[in-house]
Amino acid sequence: MSVPAELRYTPEHEWVSVDGDAATVGITDYAAQQLGDVVYVSLPALGSEVTAGEPCGEVESVKSVSDLYSPVDGEVIDVNADLEDDPSLVNSEPYSTWMFRVRLPDGEVPGDLLSPAEYEELTQSAG
Amino acid sequence: MTDFAGWRMPLRYSSERTEHLAVRHAAGLFDLSHMGEIMVTGPDAGAALDYALIGHLSPMATGRARYTMICAEDGGVLDDLVVYRTAEQEFMVIANAANTGTVFGQLSVRAGKYDAAVRDATAEYALIAIQGPAAVPVLAQVTGNSLDLNAMKYYAGAFGEVAGQRAWVARTGYTGEDGFEVFCDPADAAAVWEALEEFGAAAGLVAAGLAARDTLRLEAGMPLYGNELGPDVTPFEANLGRVVKFDKPGDFVGREALAVRAAAGPRRRLSGFTVGSRRIPRHGYAVLAGGQPCGAVTSGAPSPTLGVPIAMAYVDVSVSEADPEFAIDIRGEAVPATVTDLPFYRRSK
Repeated sequence: MSVPAELRYTPEHEWVSVDGDAATVGITDYAAQQLGDVVYVSLPALGSEVTAGEPCGEVESVKSVSDLYSPVDGEVIDVNADLEDDPSLVNSEPYSTWMFRVRLPDGEVPGDLLSPAEYEELTQSAG
Repeated sequence: MTDFAGWRMPLRYSSERTEHLAVRHAAGLFDLSHMGEIMVTGPDAGAALDYALIGHLSPMATGRARYTMICAEDGGVLDDLVVYRTAEQEFMVIANAANTGTVFGQLSVRAGKYDAAVRDATAEYALIAIQGPAAVPVLAQVTGNSLDLNAMKYYAGAFGEVAGQRAWVARTGYTGEDGFEVFCDPADAAAVWEALEEFGAAAGLVAAGLAARDTLRLEAGMPLYGNELGPDVTPFEANLGRVVKFDKPGDFVGREALAVRAAAGPRRRLSGFTVGSRRIPRHGYAVLAGGQPCGAVTSGAPSPTLGVPIAMAYVDVSVSEADPEFAIDIRGEAVPATVTDLPFYRRSK
């Protein structure tokens, strides 16, 4: 299981990459492994407002449906259309398969995101 | 890993889709040691089972197997079973893990007036299944001369040696493919498993978990107790009326109620559906006709073979006879669904 050093994380197993005032969001390798083969991803609508810690979509695998949470507040400025055709990208390349991008109000990165070390610790304590 | 009826079970070893396709095209190896083994022995063992179950077991030859069920007095299904006749006076009843206690208890009571002993032997057996078109050539490499696998009929079994260990080997399974189930001493299970993995690798055999087992049996239209079968379901509703042997002599538990249900005809029937979406119809989701609920999904999954989600559902017979446009309510969205003949998949012989 990999936890890239350049990303930030949430306890709900999303990863976040911040570039300027845009945050890019996906789910972690750990989450993808726990879910098993992903068959469907429901993403927030383009232009919609998402709220940190609130569900904004769904990730459906063979065995389960899980909420997708937004790690940040802001407007959805892009969604990954490739996932419509090939949701299994989430399993094969979890960190290059982003799900949606959010414009951060005032370009501020929330302070409560987890560092790679903190996230790794969280997944290990979860067994 | 997941908890399943008190057992720690592998949901998947790698990817459930990969495991599923390996079983369809090569072979998969399953650890099914959670299944219950209940031995019914004695001069009247066959007669006791004829009374306790809805099948006719006493005329079955040694070395053969039957799919059957144990029903309650009211005709509801308590479990579906495979019964092997392992000797003239010995039957091995295979129960679902969650129902082993119920089946053992009911068989003990129902066999009370017969000269037959009932014993829960679940802890005495590990069960390893090898399923898929490569099952015969792979298993044959580790059974030596002890078994003629090619000659073994479907739903037959025999004692033999697997990786040098004594085992009951049966041509049965729950995947819709050719394959075998190997019942052995738990102390020998690791040796059996490792030998099959080693000799199967070249043929493309992979270890397969519960998730693949579920999608394989669903494609094959096979019921799962707790989903398609339960105490509130009769065999007729599950399209399994043929399993009820009304023509066998003597009484059996549930006969009267089942006869009434057979004469009346089922009010709902198990039906197959495919949906035109990637979203999965799941257990409990409503089936809609003209926007109105007319049934409920019992099992649903993406079908790796068909490439679309599939589901089995109980649907009111009065509605399905009108052949309406169906939909399945997938978390608030009515997704169009098409009635599809069961099974969804049948292997070419």
